[in-house]
Amino acid sequence: MRFRGCVLPCVVLVLLAGSAGAIDPSERMDDPEQQAFYETITAEVRCLVCQNQTIANSTAPLAADLRREIRRMIEGGQSESEIKDFLVARYGDFILYKPRFQSWTLLLWIGPFVFLLVGVLTLMRVVAKRAVLPIDEDAE
Amino acid sequence: MLNPKYKFFLPVLLFGGMVIMFAIGLQRDPSEIPSTFIDKPAPAFDLPQLLNADKRLTQETLLGQVSLLNVWGSWCAGCASEHELLMSIAFESGVPIYGLNWKDERDAAINWLSQLGNPYTAIGVDQDNVIGIEYGVYGAPETFLIDTSGVIRHKHIGPLTRAVWETDFVPRIDELLRGSSS
Repeated sequence: MRFRGCVLPCVVLVLLAGSAGAIDPSERMDDPEQQAFYETITAEVRCLVCQNQTIANSTAPLAADLRREIRRMIEGGQSESEIKDFLVARYGDFILYKPRFQSWTLLLWIGPFVFLLVGVLTLMRVVAKRAVLPIDEDAE
Repeated sequence: MLNPKYKFFLPVLLFGGMVIMFAIGLQRDPSEIPSTFIDKPAPAFDLPQLLNADKRLTQETLLGQVSLLNVWGSWCAGCASEHELLMSIAFESGVPIYGLNWKDERDAAINWLSQLGNPYTAIGVDQDNVIGIEYGVYGAPETFLIDTSGVIRHKHIGPLTRAVWETDFVPRIDELLRGSSS
């Protein structure tokens, strides 16, 4: 196949890209626990310029500024919810990759389960109905 | 229970509803994120001025008037495209425009103004995006409409155009000015 030559290098590149992860390794925090916290939280914050990247893997200047701000807040001993509150207050819910469980995100969170329930109930009704249908079609 | 005769229409109705929702969703611009600041006080800032480095620009400077706060940088193409409009707003409408020079180099910014003209009443320098983050800025240009008591009334993301100015800003400004004079 003509494309075979490019498939393997492409796959390797994609895999490598995933491991390139840490975007500013030179600025590791002294406390490994804080560094881990920093890596977790930056992986959950959306880069609003590029939208489909987290600020942990975006090179956009705005992402760098937000990383700096988050680092400063972690060093100041702020908790995860304090940092997220700070970001949401300024940039809105959209900045969090994982929307919070709130009254207006309720449908988002439980919607799929509601649909599943409706589907199961419908299925049960249909099956129950079919079960009592006469098997012999001539019987009618 | 629904007449079985009409059951046929149920999926059609559901599908129709989905189509309408998708159509609305697709019309929206995903890059325009609604501001969380509408009807909230403008966050505090205290910045050195671009053209008078020994003077400061603070949120208190904006009080007592309806004003615009325009986030710009000399590197920003959208800012160049709205610049002419800002010039005419500044000189025709009488609404003062304050600039937030965002993530820019001082010399480049001054050079830009001397080439294109300066529509700003005063400009605060926010080279490190400290105040930008306070205002939830994620790209330049962005323009905030701030009322006489320092409350943000509207935010426009992206370059201003004559149409945007006339539909989104002028009516709000008129209303704010009427409200403050009565």
